[in-house]
Amino acid sequence: MHCIESGNVAAAYGVKLARVQVIAAYPITPQTPLTEKLSEFVDAGEMEAEYIPVESEHSALAVCIAATSAGARSFTATSANGLLYMSEQVHWAAGARLPIVMCVVNRGIGAPWTIWNDHQDSISQRDAGWIQLYACDHQQIIDTVIQAFYLAETVSIPVMVCYDGYLLSHTYMPFEVPEAEAVDRFLPPFKPAYALDPRQPANLNTVTLPDVRPDIRGDLAPGYTEIRHNLHFDLRQALGTVAEIDAQFKEAFGRGGSPHVESYCCDDADYIAVALGSLAYQLRDVADMLREEGMRAGVCGIRIYRPFPDEAVVEALARAKGVIVFEKALSYGNEGALCGDIKAALYGCDPRPFVRNYIVGLGGREIRTADLLAALRTATNNRGATCEWLGLKL
Amino acid sequence: MSRLPFARRKSHSEPGPGDAGKTGSWRVLRPLIDVQLCIPAKTKKMACFNCWLYCPDGVVTRTIPPTIDYDYCKGCEICAEECPAGAIRMVEETEFVKREQ
Repeated sequence: MHCIESGNVAAAYGVKLARVQVIAAYPITPQTPLTEKLSEFVDAGEMEAEYIPVESEHSALAVCIAATSAGARSFTATSANGLLYMSEQVHWAAGARLPIVMCVVNRGIGAPWTIWNDHQDSISQRDAGWIQLYACDHQQIIDTVIQAFYLAETVSIPVMVCYDGYLLSHTYMPFEVPEAEAVDRFLPPFKPAYALDPRQPANLNTVTLPDVRPDIRGDLAPGYTEIRHNLHFDLRQALGTVAEIDAQFKEAFGRGGSPHVESYCCDDADYIAVALGSLAYQLRDVADMLREEGMRAGVCGIRIYRPFPDEAVVEALARAKGVIVFEKALSYGNEGALCGDIKAALYGCDPRPFVRNYIVGLGGREIRTADLLAALRTATNNRGATCEWLGLKL
Repeated sequence: MSRLPFARRKSHSEPGPGDAGKTGSWRVLRPLIDVQLCIPAKTKKMACFNCWLYCPDGVVTRTIPPTIDYDYCKGCEICAEECPAGAIRMVEETEFVKREQ
């Protein structure tokens, strides 16, 4: 089905097609229309799901943790301070290896209050042990949501599907809604790696001791270090799983092919702009303009931020003279978090492109294409500065 | 049966003695039951058993006389606190080490 709808509705269609069994969410701008749409689907009997209204984001994810522990496919969504309020449970869900899918409709974090878009909310959760996928348009939102369940359940790691508040959540774009039968063939029903069973009572996520310990059978149970090592190991392995699922999706639906990074005119580019989310698509216009002016420019959109796709990043960027990372988030007191990761990935390259960092669009500050163009025009001059700010009005 | 691969990726425990090993080694004070004072031991009746009821680790038996499984008793002292006859006293583990030496 072809339709023109908002990004939030695209996400809701994805959740519906994934036949989610439990939804628990607390409304927060700009996520609200997504959960409202899901509530309508459940109310109208279009989805056979339990919609559990909760009093907070902490409870929303706690409900999903419980539901998934019992073997149900579950979903939640939030933004900004709502994500921070559930942060304790965000870490818990990853450590408990529960394949929950959550949409993070990206919004800046207070104080001061802002309801508009930047990426500080999801970036602040980058070390929680979740997989983080970023969508650039409505088609990617719905396609990524459907794939996220398959991915999460394959690797037993929760997945955040992040997309820009307002810029995507509230704008209308045409996109293709896959047929339910085709999604059913692509996404098998949830078969939990472990589920609560009253016939075999167990205490889940019990306290670990600093060292390994024998269990009731005398077998060695893993300690905290082993469990955390395995999460990290499985996250790294998940890069391969993401690529496999992307290939299966492309075969079934004809879309995809860029599971880790989405490169635009990078092959011969001297200068490559890097960004997360919809900004990567805005930068394509800038690259086109620069090419008309004679500068060989390209754009590399990062589709998966955790686990970090360092090999794909090197593949896309290593041949360039300069890499310019545009970020809607900041590791305060250092530089953009993505910029630091890009630098680390390129460290072993010889020759190594220089890397510059621009902080843009915080709290919804308009990102003017002219400003991006001017920044990239001067990119040939590597001033070696720490992060610079675009559109700052001091 | 060894742990399934997925069970090595998270922490869980099943009910039964011995999860976390012989936790009796954590004990600093050892409860000793004086059968001269213990109500079921003295009266030969299935009565009282506050020690059995209150033990958080389930290591006291509901028998005449009650016995304590020192492999898992952590020495929390709740049984001694709850015994209405004052039949349970807590003895420093070091006393037993000295005696063994």
